[in-house]
Amino acid sequence: MFPSDRRYTRDHEWARVEDGRARVGIAAFAAERLSDIVFVELPKVGAEVQAGQAFGVIESVKAASDLYAPLSGRVVEVNQAVIERPEAINEDPHGAAWMVVIEMSDPKEWESLLDAEAYAALVGELQS
Amino acid sequence: MTAAAALRRTPLHEAHRAAGGRMAPFAGWELPVQYAGLVEEHLAVRSRVGLFDVSHMGEVAIEGPGALSAVQRIITNDAGRLREGEGLYSPMCNPAGGVVDDLTLFRTGHAEYLLIVNAATRAHDVAWIQEHASPARVRDLSDEVALLALQGPRAAAVLEAATGASLAALPAFHRSGGLMVAGVGVAVSRTGYTGEDGFEIASAWDEAPRVWEALVEAGRAYGLALVGLGARDTLRLEAGMMLYGQDIDETTTPLEAPLAWTVKFDKGDFIGRAALERQQQEGVARRLVGFEAQGRAIPRHGCAILAGGARVGAVTSGTFSPTLRRPIGMGYVPRAAAGRGGEIEIEVRGALVPSRVVRLPFYRRAREPAGQATEG
Repeated sequence: MFPSDRRYTRDHEWARVEDGRARVGIAAFAAERLSDIVFVELPKVGAEVQAGQAFGVIESVKAASDLYAPLSGRVVEVNQAVIERPEAINEDPHGAAWMVVIEMSDPKEWESLLDAEAYAALVGELQS
Repeated sequence: MTAAAALRRTPLHEAHRAAGGRMAPFAGWELPVQYAGLVEEHLAVRSRVGLFDVSHMGEVAIEGPGALSAVQRIITNDAGRLREGEGLYSPMCNPAGGVVDDLTLFRTGHAEYLLIVNAATRAHDVAWIQEHASPARVRDLSDEVALLALQGPRAAAVLEAATGASLAALPAFHRSGGLMVAGVGVAVSRTGYTGEDGFEIASAWDEAPRVWEALVEAGRAYGLALVGLGARDTLRLEAGMMLYGQDIDETTTPLEAPLAWTVKFDKGDFIGRAALERQQQEGVARRLVGFEAQGRAIPRHGCAILAGGARVGAVTSGTFSPTLRRPIGMGYVPRAAAGRGGEIEIEVRGALVPSRVVRLPFYRRAREPAGQATEG
């Protein structure tokens, strides 16, 4: 259920490294939990984000939640398509509905993220 | 909310779990927030039919000699004109005119009235009613009565299929006992909290699962959806209905809320009358208004409302309207800013969102035949 080509935070974001940069989105579990996502607020290209700090907001009909950066660095790409069509996050959270690409400032942070197996275990606990 | 163990469960708890309901605490109860998805459930009620478990609601009977005068003292609306089987919506106020609770009331017998009250306020309501109802007898039936809501344009068809009875003779805000669903005796009222045609169906607590299953079965051919608290809230908000504890409470009056139509000064004395009369004469300083916000950020409960650049109030309820596909909300603003079309701003996470005061309700269903006199 959770692709093993990336790592995850305990707050349900994912990050996948591509040519030294990290593409970031939210995990299907979170998208499903939020359900009916209608709004997303993302930083601008050039913004600096800090691992563990909020970098955006995602809103479902029911509630607003912060998005937490899995890694520190500078935002080099923002997915305008999800800003314009937030419901895409419910449809394809691990694929087309990525949110930002981060130029990592501290690649060591990668090691502290959960691999797919550890993340699946965390989700299992939350579901039980 | 503290430990989950302290939460109460309705007789339909297992049915909710089996149907994939996502359970969450609400007013001391463990209830389904959603099943298939909030928006899907919401739209099912607008276009077809939805089934809700509202067994957490409280039921209080006021009976015996003095029942009518007790009811008239307690509520602001006029129960004096009700015939048996008829009902109404009303606030019940404190002496300052603040709303103690809002409720639906039915005259169930010659000197018998049944009040359907909010779960969160039930204990306080029962104490309040007991204090003010003497010499009439007050009974809290909440633990004995389960309540389901069947709402939507196809609700009547589903309920007719389940009961084998015609509901054509049951107009809005009327209640009828003596119907059977799956061999279970039920009392049915043509009421709801969604802005659609619909029914609330009361049964004995332990028999509710049989009624629920029969309605689900009868509803299959009509596209019935199970509906959780999430969609219950968006449906009622679109319909401009008040949520007690959020839009109205003991610090707000029915005249400030859009409930002036429920205050009947010509019926005689009632608790809060003097204060409300004074407020009526002086004119209210603030009013609850509906607004539509630009963009997609959602104004939520507690967000500041600004008019002319100054903070003048706060959002009481806000959501993304699944029907209108835009953010909507309600909140109290000074009378000067309460005019329809007025420009206000809502502060959402530090940003000011341009918004416009609009007429309530946000959503009104296609006109029904005569006899559909609902609030407003």
